[in-house]
Amino acid sequence: MRISLFITCYNDTLFPATGKAVVSLLERLGHTVEFPLEQTCCGQMHFNTGYRREAYPLAKRFLSIFQDAEVVCIPSSSCVAMIRDCYPALACENNDEKMAQEVDSLLPRIFEFTELLTDHLKLEDVGAYFPHRVTYHASCHGLRSLHLGDKPLRLLKNVREISLIELQDADRCCGFGGTFAVKNAEVSAAMLDDKVRALLDTRAEVCTACDNSCLMHIQGMLHRQHATVRAMHIAEILAAGTDR
Amino acid sequence: MTLVTLDPRKAKPFPKAAAELLRDTQLRKNVAHATDVIQRKRAAVVAEKEDWQALRSAGAEIRKEALRHLDTYLEQFEQQFIQAGGHVHWAEDAVEAQRIVLGILREAQATEIIKIKSMTTAEIELNQSLESNGIRIYETDLAELILQLGAEQPSHIIAPALHKNRQQVRELFSREMHLPDLTDEPAALTEAARLYLREKFLKVKAAVCGANFLIAETGSICIVESEGNGRMCLTLPDTLIAIAGIEKVIPHFSDLEVLLQTLPRSATGERMNPYNSVWTGVTPGDGPQNLHVVLLDNGRSHVLADEISRQTLQCIRCAACLNTCPVFRQTGGHAYGSVYSGPIGAILTPQLYRLEHALSLPYASSLCGACYEVCPVKINIPEVLVYLRSRVVDRNRGKLASVFNQERIGMKMMARIFLSPQRFEAAQRMARVLEKPLVGKDGWIHWLPGLGGQWTVARDLEAFPAQTFREWWQSRPKAKGGRQ
Repeated sequence: MRISLFITCYNDTLFPATGKAVVSLLERLGHTVEFPLEQTCCGQMHFNTGYRREAYPLAKRFLSIFQDAEVVCIPSSSCVAMIRDCYPALACENNDEKMAQEVDSLLPRIFEFTELLTDHLKLEDVGAYFPHRVTYHASCHGLRSLHLGDKPLRLLKNVREISLIELQDADRCCGFGGTFAVKNAEVSAAMLDDKVRALLDTRAEVCTACDNSCLMHIQGMLHRQHATVRAMHIAEILAAGTDR
Repeated sequence: MTLVTLDPRKAKPFPKAAAELLRDTQLRKNVAHATDVIQRKRAAVVAEKEDWQALRSAGAEIRKEALRHLDTYLEQFEQQFIQAGGHVHWAEDAVEAQRIVLGILREAQATEIIKIKSMTTAEIELNQSLESNGIRIYETDLAELILQLGAEQPSHIIAPALHKNRQQVRELFSREMHLPDLTDEPAALTEAARLYLREKFLKVKAAVCGANFLIAETGSICIVESEGNGRMCLTLPDTLIAIAGIEKVIPHFSDLEVLLQTLPRSATGERMNPYNSVWTGVTPGDGPQNLHVVLLDNGRSHVLADEISRQTLQCIRCAACLNTCPVFRQTGGHAYGSVYSGPIGAILTPQLYRLEHALSLPYASSLCGACYEVCPVKINIPEVLVYLRSRVVDRNRGKLASVFNQERIGMKMMARIFLSPQRFEAAQRMARVLEKPLVGKDGWIHWLPGLGGQWTVARDLEAFPAQTFREWWQSRPKAKGGRQ
């Protein structure tokens, strides 16, 4: 299958390891990965902070870049949620008939990374090997917008030698929320504090999720507290050991 | 504690108020404990209903239908209410509503009233207004009584004293009711309140209540409650005044079939409220003979006029969104500077004030979506939050102050960068250079200037990796299928 990768702006800049893992796994599974270099950002940060006018051209750019893709893989649940939930609204409020059609046509071909594996490629065992204690944080957008449910966990359960530990209140927000983390820094930090406590209670070596934004937030406090737990995108775990 | 103001015109911005409340560890513990308990109860009784999602959809449709033809249903309600022997008053704002209530009480020669818990009366500051006109008020809901005796403000829509624990209540009752030997056993506390209130129920001749629903078809008012104090207030006094927002109307009596299933389950985690009162007009020799309803607008018409955010008015005030909200869990309700707190307060309050006040509230959410998931009438709160943010941003466009606003400059700049991959790549390279003086020996940033400093109050940030993903991609050998 020809899979177009939308890496997302912050993964591109801050978490290239996630993108490399996605590419490595998908190629390992026998697919061709394409990375259109014109891609930048889906517009989520602007839209969610109230800058809809600025988000609109970014959304249109995204649509035109990926219009001909066979499938689009996005290793970030919140960006997928932006495209699925907010692009139709942007087309509607700008009376953009053309955009509305493009959204309609592209949406069925857009997949969050774990969705692509479980729903489209019908895989739950990707042959990964990861001999570590891991706990899973359910990122809000994956959970409540994409309804990922236990799809990521099903993938993780099939990883060789992994030890999965349940995170208390795994479905409670870590407090990131994009610009919320800086506009309401104290509340955000208090929420994060609860998350990190629950995380440390698991004695896990690795905290994973489908969204590096939550993981960047969590890792940021773990590092501040000199904790040695690593935050790691699920793609990096699923890609691990496949080269054996 | 008593210094909080719930007047959105004077309240501190949410981040500031929240930061202060976060230091109150007792309050945070009380709020987390209470909301955990309610959520567990809710989850259990919701899980029993196989048709829960269908009930949510039905509830949403009932409320949407009421709002779609609000004028028709309100007039129908008015007509039926009058026909049944009641009096209907229309109040455009808080001041008019206060004046109407005072007028009715003066005419009835009432100098004191008993009250059922009502957020609408809190919204219009009825108590303060009546007290300044010499009317004595007795709150009869246990939580409201706690607040009244402690001169405190409500922090939750259905459990207004949720921020207090029983030790604190014991202390208050002991002091105010002169009961030195009172224990903090729930039974002892409620018994103290019962004895204190019973006397008021029997002697006070006028009552004020809110309304859970106004039924257009029959002109009936519906109130649900847990303690029986409401039933007393609705049956014992001669004069009864109900104050309700105009959005509280529902078309048909049979709509209660859905709403009286979803409301108690969402609100208190009960299958049914202990007391469900639905009454219609005046019955000679039975119950209040002097019956009034005040229909309050107070900004609601403006909310109704907006296609995207009018869903806010679907709210049936169950507070499930407060209980599940991870932000509310940390701060409690007072941080919102409004009687309506939590996610629903964050969208309702600024709209009631026509986006002239409470503009920090739409940002008081991480957009986690838990509120939408539990809402029994499917209000898409995150959608409205984000929409209101855009209205806040848009109203500042073109204003001089916005030219120097860090956030706005940053957003504008980022938008420009994202419009071109060349600019994006240049920005990635430049960021790696600019961050250098900030990166510590461990490869992490511990301090950032400006807005970024809000990140580093509690979190470190890893330095940019040496290579971006796109740089790596372009460096891949062609054989691996990398380059296109």
